[in-house]
Parts: sequence; C-alpha cells; structure tokens
Amino acid sequence: MEKVIGVVDYGLGNLRSVSKALEVLGAKVILSSDAKKLSEAGGLILPGVGAFKRGMENLEKLGLKDFLQKSLNRGIPFLGICLGFQLLFTESEEGGEVKGLEILRGKAVRFSKKIKIPHMGWNQVEFKKDNNLFKEIPDKSFFYFVHSYYVEPEDKDIVISTTDYGEEFVSAINKDNLWAVQFHPEKSSELGLKLIKNFISIC
Amino acid sequence: MLAKRIIPCLDVKEGRVVKGINFLNLRDAGSPVEQAKVYAKEGADELVFLDITASFEARKTIIEVVRETCEQVFIPFTVGGGISNLEDIRALLRAGADKVSINTSAVENPDFIKMASQEFGSQCIVVAIDAKLTEDSQWEVYTYGGRKPTGIDVLEWAEEVQALGGGEILLTSMDRDGTKQGYDLELTRKVSQRVNIPVIASGGAGNLEHLYQAFAQGLASAVLVASIFHYGEYSLREAKKYLKEKGIPIRMC
Repeated sequence: MEKVIGVVDYGLGNLRSVSKALEVLGAKVILSSDAKKLSEAGGLILPGVGAFKRGMENLEKLGLKDFLQKSLNRGIPFLGICLGFQLLFTESEEGGEVKGLEILRGKAVRFSKKIKIPHMGWNQVEFKKDNNLFKEIPDKSFFYFVHSYYVEPEDKDIVISTTDYGEEFVSAINKDNLWAVQFHPEKSSELGLKLIKNFISIC
Repeated sequence: MLAKRIIPCLDVKEGRVVKGINFLNLRDAGSPVEQAKVYAKEGADELVFLDITASFEARKTIIEVVRETCEQVFIPFTVGGGISNLEDIRALLRAGADKVSINTSAVENPDFIKMASQEFGSQCIVVAIDAKLTEDSQWEVYTYGGRKPTGIDVLEWAEEVQALGGGEILLTSMDRDGTKQGYDLELTRKVSQRVNIPVIASGGAGNLEHLYQAFAQGLASAVLVASIFHYGEYSLREAKKYLKEKGIPIRMC
C-alpha cells in the first residue's frame, strides 16, 4: 500500500532533497505548510537546517506549532531531521533562550569552542539500542551532519544513538511515535535512504 | 570520528560538463547528473559544480542541473561561479543545492557574506579564496577567476570571512593549481589554524600522497579534487583505501 508522508515546509532547509528521497523510495509526498493538507498524511517529517529562533517563528506564523503539538501527541509517526530534531525539545541556547515545541524535555546547546564549528561532514552513528529506524543498517555507519548545536535530552532513555565530535553527543532519539536524527539521511547516500525507508515502513 | 572529505569538482558550462570524468562507459559523458551519480557511487563525500557559463542568458541552465541532480543524487553538493546576490543563492538552494560558493562578490562586498549567512545560515555559505604567493612570502587574494590582484592578505581575509558568518573556506592555491605538484601545505595549514571553520584544500593534487599531505600536514577538513580522478589515473575508491590505510579517518562505502 502506498504510504503518504507529509513534509513540513516552514521555509527552512533543503526540502526538495527530503521529498525526492521519499519519492524515490515509493512514498507519496505532501510537501506543504498547510496544516489541513498535512493532516492527511500517515507520517510527518520535519526537516530543516538553519536557526532555531527563525524555525520556531516560522512554525508559529504558519499555524504549524499547534498542529504539530496536537498531531504528535495524538501518535502520528514523526521524524525530525537536524533542526527538526532540536525543535521538538523545550528550548535552545541559540539566539538567547528560545522555547521550542516542548514535546520532549531537553535543551539544544552549542559545541565547545575547541573544535571546528559547524560540525560538518560524515561521522559515525553508534547505536545505543536496537531500533526499527536502524533496521539493516550496520552499527557505526557514517551519516552526513551539518550543525553547531546538539540536544541534551533530560530523559536519557530515549537516546538510540550517539556520535563523537570532541565530545559524545546524542545523534538520534526515539520515544513512542517520535523519532529524530541530528544527521541528514536525505544526504547520506545509500544508508540514508535505507533509514528513510525504515521510517516509511513504520508509518 | 568525523571523516575527512574528498570532494570532486565538475566544471559545468551551459548545463554541460566540460571538465569531468573520462569514463567511456558513461551513457552521456556531458551530463552533470550522470557524472554526479558515478562519483556518489564511488564514494564521493560531497560534490562541487563550478558553473563557468559566461553569458548571462545561459546562467539559468545551472538551476536545471541542480534540480535534476537533487532528484537522483543523495549526497551534499555545492554550486559556485558567478553568484552575486541573495536571489541567486535563494534560487540555487530552492532548486536543491545544499551550499553555494561565493568568491569575487564576497571580496568586493564583504557584507554580502553577512547577509547571506543571516538569511540562509552559515552552513550553506562557502567562501572561495584564490590565493597567490607574493614576493615577500605572504599570500594575496585574487578575484575574477584569478585575474585580479586585490592587495588583501589571505590570512586576514580568512579571519574576516569567519567573523562575517562564512561556514567554510574553499582555499585554492593559484601557484599550485594545475601543476600536479601537490597542495600548498603551508598556506593550507596557516589558514586552517587561523580559523575555526572547515577549510577545503584545492589546487595541485597529482597523486594520492598529495591528498594525504593536505590532511596530515595541511590540516585540511576536506580536499577538492578534479583532474586526478577525471582522467582515471586513480579511482576515488582507491584513494579512500590509501588514505584509510595511512590512518586518516575516511568514510568507506
């Protein structure tokens, strides 16, 4: 059966890549910033690269904050990518203390100044738990990252992978219907597509 | 551990590759998408399309290249060449490019870097610096494809690029470009040490040892490569295996 995945367009990030990856994998894509259209999807992806504050402002302006909070709490399968991961949490120290969607508790913090920022390039994802999202993906595989902040979740039990960049940080989480990855599966070649395929199967 | 990146560069003119892989088995060797696909399969960590289209009217051809690439190639790619305003950047990013590389327009109007990084995020603004050694052993910034000296010191400019919000520096040694004598390691190391953003070494790669040196001695985060792979002297796979064996963190696939 054809799966319908909604890609949330809030004016940030490489939306075309995510949509095209989904299409290549056989999903039907609703790329929209309209809550009504997105509500027809069987799963949601919140992509994004860019500033946290701008991200929240755009979500609020488009009426997507309420929509996401309601849909996610109702149990729709969700995948947050990069900024879409960080926005799920309570707040970020980027651009002052800015509140996020507050669906999960935790904070996005900046990498230490001792290393090159942004953390840009291919890094290894070390699995902490078995998870459907990682099905048929080898442990410690390389995925593509571009970010200067990472999330410190309060509930360590949701952590499904970590990555080492000067320090060990959380690169993926899962809680019930919510998945989020700090890397870009849509830019991580074959294994990235595999991960997106796994998400489609979950939906 | 963060892997060092190998980034093939394809020269594209009016939507067609003019300097790229010499693969006989390529169905359409002039197609940027076909070439990008081969490189992605071989393990390229990113790609750069350098648009060398001269006429203004033909410049929108690169947008079509980006749109098509984005549908079939799932690794990051950068577009450079002739980008002079925010609208150029917006069009490329909307079409599916991950980053843009700016050069002359950044030197002539440094505020452009600031505006671009504020609008689109530092991570997608690569600033290309063409460097040439001066008589008193400094490096000078050149613009207009290496034709115009600016009197600006490369190390100072690199620092300013970072302060203005540039996310990455693509550093080309004009002295080494095309010589196959190896990257300018001193230049690369000095710039890498001066800034806290990633530096991509470019110009001069002739063999695999040169790639190794750029990482080990030049402290580069990535290397830009063109002719050594285009003409089949070495394969990308071979290069990655070589670097990994020498202890450089590399993504194998």
